Amino acid sequence: MNIQPKPKAFPLPSQVKLVKGTERAQAMYPYFMQFTRADDERFWFYNAMHFPEPMPAFDTVTGEAAYHALGAFNTRVHVLPTVLGIDQRIVNGRVYIGGNAVTDPKEIERRTAEFQQRAFYYYEHWEDLYANWRRKMAALIEEAQAIPTPDLPEFDPLEASHSGRGIASNHFVLTAYHKTLDGYFRMWQHHFEFLLLGYGAYLTFFDFCKKAFPEITDQTIARMVAGMDAEMFRPDDELKKLARKAVELDLDSKFVEGASAEDILKSLEQMGARGKEWLTAFASARDPWFNVGVGDGFYHYHRSWNDDLSIPFSALPGYMRHLREGKSLERPVAALKAEREKIIAEYRAMLNSDEERGAFDQMIGLSHRVFPYVEDHKFYCEHWYTALFFNKIREFGALLAKWNFFADGEDIFQLTRYEVEAALSDLMTAWSNGSAPRGPDCWPNIVKERKAALAEWAKHETPPALGPVPEVINDPAIVMLWGITADNLNAWLNADSLADTGEIRGFAASSGVVEGIARVVKTVDEIARLQEGDILVCHVTNPSWAPIFRKIRAAVSDIGGSMSHAAIVAREYGLPAVVGTGTATQKIKDGQRIRVDGARGVVTIL
Amino acid sequence: MQRFSSIGWFADIGLADRPSVGGKGGSLGELARAGISVPPGFVVRTAAFERFLEALERERPVRAAVAALDPDDLAAIATCSGALRARVEGAVLPDDIRDAILAAYEELVRGVPDAAVAVRSSATTEDSEDASFAGLQDTYLWTKGAAETLRKVQSCWASLYSVPSIAYRRKHDLPEAGVAMGVVVQLMVDARSAGVMFTRSPTTGDRTVVTIESSWGLGSAIVGGEVTPDRFVISKITDEIAARDVSLKLAQHLPADEGGVRDAAVPEAMQRAPSLSDSELVELVAIAKRVERHYGRPQDIEWAIARHASGTDAIFLLQSRPETVWAARDGAPVAKPAVRPMDHVLNIFGGRR
Repeated sequence: MNIQPKPKAFPLPSQVKLVKGTERAQAMYPYFMQFTRADDERFWFYNAMHFPEPMPAFDTVTGEAAYHALGAFNTRVHVLPTVLGIDQRIVNGRVYIGGNAVTDPKEIERRTAEFQQRAFYYYEHWEDLYANWRRKMAALIEEAQAIPTPDLPEFDPLEASHSGRGIASNHFVLTAYHKTLDGYFRMWQHHFEFLLLGYGAYLTFFDFCKKAFPEITDQTIARMVAGMDAEMFRPDDELKKLARKAVELDLDSKFVEGASAEDILKSLEQMGARGKEWLTAFASARDPWFNVGVGDGFYHYHRSWNDDLSIPFSALPGYMRHLREGKSLERPVAALKAEREKIIAEYRAMLNSDEERGAFDQMIGLSHRVFPYVEDHKFYCEHWYTALFFNKIREFGALLAKWNFFADGEDIFQLTRYEVEAALSDLMTAWSNGSAPRGPDCWPNIVKERKAALAEWAKHETPPALGPVPEVINDPAIVMLWGITADNLNAWLNADSLADTGEIRGFAASSGVVEGIARVVKTVDEIARLQEGDILVCHVTNPSWAPIFRKIRAAVSDIGGSMSHAAIVAREYGLPAVVGTGTATQKIKDGQRIRVDGARGVVTIL
Repeated sequence: MQRFSSIGWFADIGLADRPSVGGKGGSLGELARAGISVPPGFVVRTAAFERFLEALERERPVRAAVAALDPDDLAAIATCSGALRARVEGAVLPDDIRDAILAAYEELVRGVPDAAVAVRSSATTEDSEDASFAGLQDTYLWTKGAAETLRKVQSCWASLYSVPSIAYRRKHDLPEAGVAMGVVVQLMVDARSAGVMFTRSPTTGDRTVVTIESSWGLGSAIVGGEVTPDRFVISKITDEIAARDVSLKLAQHLPADEGGVRDAAVPEAMQRAPSLSDSELVELVAIAKRVERHYGRPQDIEWAIARHASGTDAIFLLQSRPETVWAARDGAPVAKPAVRPMDHVLNIFGGRR
């Protein structure tokens, strides 16, 4: 018998064991998000970038809305020739995703013809369509803000009766809920209207650079494309402005390290005109720039700066100290721009021929045109609108809690979006009939069980990928955003053998070599543990973490490509960073001494 | 009658003088003139070799004997080589050549305590486009004293008649009359680290990086393949160190007390340590860029860092020659301009990668 050594592989979906005692909680996820036998044939990877923690029932709405939209634009709107949508499955609370590809040459040809009529129109009219996009988003945000708080008064308002409205208050609970969901789903549609086309243009340039300059690093290509005025820098910039203002007004003594934001605001209110001036500036900065989420994913409990002022306020004293010491907080935007132009010109000059220079000019030109969208949409979609949406859902939570469906309004997030609709219908029935709602007997136990399951799942590591490794991964979003390539997957598979050497490999995201103490931060709540000079080791970072990049010496993440947040922010702050390691948070123990080589993409446990 | 000149100081020669000083000498002179630091030295011009050879030819033919050899008859080549080398090494130098070399030598080592020189072959066809001819002739490192230097000059000349050198010329049917040899005599650098650098990647042909290979001690250990050097890839544009492979370095070449080079073990603490600091890397890259710009094409460069010096003063170039491997391969453009910029995105979306 011919015995072949078993190739290294990830476990199959069917081999993933449900954590004991969580079977009922697992069943809360909609049937179409459950793994089936057929899924064993396909490759899946853990989407730790967007969903690094076990999924509360309601929060699965984000995956639904986002993958609807992503798939629709790829498959049916822009008709990308080789790439369709992304399927998601959830097991043990963990979101796995898998891309769908077109491989039949005839079908690719047919789709290419469609793509040229559709996507090319977008590239040709990019600026106009993007201006239109900004208007649409502004209107969508306004609409969401205008949705009334759901309320069930004992009797319908008298004026509603006299005006002959003919519709009672319970119905408006339903419409408000539908509008809230509708807005969120529409936001995700807008989100993907441009995104893949933007990534595609960038990847085209990236691909060219890798061929023309085989030794070029990903981060150098990213530096040639990235904008300096991206809106993701804006919240941090606004915070710096507020720090400057406080110093100018000689108010910085009020910003005591460790004091709560609430106490600081109160003390400023008593400071007369100076205090008022700062508070006015603060009010205008926070709307909209403090609508930035502090989380590392899309979770209802990752509040925005506006909802939880502790992150921005904890950064303020440090900024003020810098200013008092005469140090600048400004990002050297002009210098960064000049540097970018110089790098572009020098690479261009190194090309072999005018023909190559012509192609280079076209590709980088297109990248520069499309990139503002790629960089800026996040603030409007992932941050502002998402914060707005979850806060709106909280209003329904408060209403249900008032009717004793559960103890705490936050518990609404333990119900799926479908279950919330059922609970609201239950409440509408009870309110209209004068009978008792059934929810209070039903939900508290379920909520308790699900919370316990989430806590249990969080204790278990989950494989970075499932199923057979594909030969090529040709989805631009997967390569660029998640940093997943066939090479990377093989590195993850060989992570065990690398463990002997104490080396962990990932994407070289920002160069430099640094040694220091690793601080493994698995959830956003742990950020506070970071001390000056630590090396951040996390699943993935988020733009609102920017203030902590001043504290740390280097960053390492499980997930992310060369254009991920961690990579961009690390370059901006000149910190070494290695992203997309797959397993850094599992392999590195808190407090260990590690070396981060950001140019080679290697982290060494010392 | 025009005064015969056996010696050319680096400052007075350049690439254009290659026919009279050989490739290596011309290149070192060119570098020195371009303001790049090379260890001071002079070339014993090819004319001196010609004069010396004339005297030999009068006794018995030299060139004709080589020209008559069958390239495939290695036994005949070996016999001829042995005889010619012995003749060249054993002959007495004409007085004027001997005096000129000695005078130049004394000037070179004046004020240098315990001076040692490198005596390096600089054949006229060497270091030209035909790079593979390089390395066929001998080099003598860490030569001490005037008498020994004179002997090594003759040994270099004799190496023109080594078996591989003769075999190469016969195989490529190079006319013996066109083959002459200059000899470089220059002060040795007591190298703490030495190595080679390429102003275009030897592995991928990328022109935007400098690849530096480096190890402890004299560069001869790397050239001779006795040690796996550290390898660094640095962007010429951003100075970013894109790769840093520090190898296990067990052997090094150090100067021997009695002259010449000895093999030595690398002390344990240095075996896994990088043989270059980051600031030295940056300085080397700056020099590499200057040299490349001076020549207007990619170069392969040998360099050394002196043990008892610091900063830019410590770095010396020992050789620079045009890169030939990738130059021959440059071909089709990576991409051509499209009708519309967006046509390029089909490279990604269309799966035509």
